[in-house]
Amino acid sequence: MVLEVRNLSKKFGDLVAVDGISFSVNRGEIFGFLGPNGAGKTTTLRMLTGIIKPDSGSIKLLGYDMKKDPIRVKERIGVVPENANPYIDMTAWQNMMITCGLYDLTGREAEEKSAEVLKDFGLYDRRDQKVKGFSKGMKQRLVLSMALVHDPEFLFLDEPTSGLDVRSSLIIVDKLKELSEEDKTIFLTTHNMWEAEKLCERIAIMNRGRIITVNRPDVLRKTTEGLRRVEILFDKKISPEDLQGYIKVDEVEGEKVIVECEDLDPVLTGISSFIMDSKGKVKVRSFNTVTPSLEEVFLKISEG
Amino acid sequence: MGQLSRSMTIVRKNMVIYYLKGPVIIFGVLIPAFFFLAFIMGRKDLPLSFLMAGLTSMTVFFTATSVSPVIMPWEAQMNTLERLIVSPISTASLLMGDVISSVIFSLLITLIPLALTMILRVTITDIPIFFLSVLISAICFSALGMVMAAPKTNIPSNIMMLASLIKFPLVFISGIFVPIEAMPPWGLLIASISPLTYLMDAVRYSLGGYHHYPLAMDMGMLLIFTAIFSVVAVKLHSRNIPRRI
Repeated sequence: MVLEVRNLSKKFGDLVAVDGISFSVNRGEIFGFLGPNGAGKTTTLRMLTGIIKPDSGSIKLLGYDMKKDPIRVKERIGVVPENANPYIDMTAWQNMMITCGLYDLTGREAEEKSAEVLKDFGLYDRRDQKVKGFSKGMKQRLVLSMALVHDPEFLFLDEPTSGLDVRSSLIIVDKLKELSEEDKTIFLTTHNMWEAEKLCERIAIMNRGRIITVNRPDVLRKTTEGLRRVEILFDKKISPEDLQGYIKVDEVEGEKVIVECEDLDPVLTGISSFIMDSKGKVKVRSFNTVTPSLEEVFLKISEG
Repeated sequence: MGQLSRSMTIVRKNMVIYYLKGPVIIFGVLIPAFFFLAFIMGRKDLPLSFLMAGLTSMTVFFTATSVSPVIMPWEAQMNTLERLIVSPISTASLLMGDVISSVIFSLLITLIPLALTMILRVTITDIPIFFLSVLISAICFSALGMVMAAPKTNIPSNIMMLASLIKFPLVFISGIFVPIEAMPPWGLLIASISPLTYLMDAVRYSLGGYHHYPLAMDMGMLLIFTAIFSVVAVKLHSRNIPRRI
């Protein structure tokens, strides 16, 4: 276990931003942190990275107590804050050198490490250009390069692909997978369900300052089996009234009827009866069951 | 050693980014120059050594308080501050980096009045005191600049406005335009609470002119003000930096 959080709380005036949360993260794991806006994700991340102090609770990161040894912890972690920018009046290379200086990397070592990460993120050829002319995706890749240049054991990322172009997002996602294979631990806050599902081994869902659940993405899905959707495509338009007494319709889209259910049997029976009773006037063209996406799981859990 | 080298990294960053920013040039170089020109045109009766002491003191004061107040709000506004504070640098070291870069800027610009002093053949009778008082004052005023930067606004112009409200009155009460020996007792009392008074007094002495306070008091007061401003700056910024983000 490389991160252990116990009863962490933070208030801003009367607002309880984080309300006594506890969780842990294992070495080499990609841990997703999901929740709606205002859930307390960024406040939690800022406490974990030493930007703000918690009102109560404890954070043990990489064997150090964040309260007592924040500098030691910061030497060994990398952070990509949500709205962080590189210095736009400097070149990419100057930004890297300033970052190296803050992590005690000097001379040849700093140059070699900087060149290596800039190459990884496809920025080496643009290293002597001022960041002012970079796209949002390039700036974010540079911020990631700056966060990784000192080879941190633990990486915190706050919405790292938010609003980026597809190429930059893919480069970042691929790099995160590669880092995880190198036994680096990654703490990722995101709104992007696809990203969370693809990358994270475990996901914590937070709402109103509390952690509602922590589990693997597939387990989270299984906990919401009730969200199963059945999509039935008829050969003609059918109204919910036509199906009254057979099945309860949730939505109609043209010839398609959508039913949300916990158990498939009554739907199948209802549809069979409806077809039989129509005496050949109505036919079913297709019948699909759709398992819930992580996004639907997230919405259901965070609303509940 | 780690924290010191991190402070020096901050210095390098500030030199590249902030030395040529518009407000730094306007408040640090142009304003003292205009003040001086307006002043010498109106007071041709005063000795040259007094005028040069005034120009030197004003330059140190304005330059040292032009860089340090803008850095914090600028960093916060440009979203670069959060990256800095997640790195392993303490608040004191971060501020020390800002102060050192401000001191270097101040000393570089102060070479201009120094050159002018030599061109006008005003003799520096006590060279060590001249340089020592300028150096301590540059540190003192840079630390004052950091105190001015403490309010948690992320708009540099707000800080510049607030800084002007403090800086301009100090120039008028510190014996730069009205010699301290010509001040009434209440004026002397007010002058004694300004650190700029002690720089002006020490520089006047080193240029062979009148000085009101004992030299040890000039230096001692500058050091005391430096210590107070430094402690206050660290305390205020430690509290306010997280609120800027």
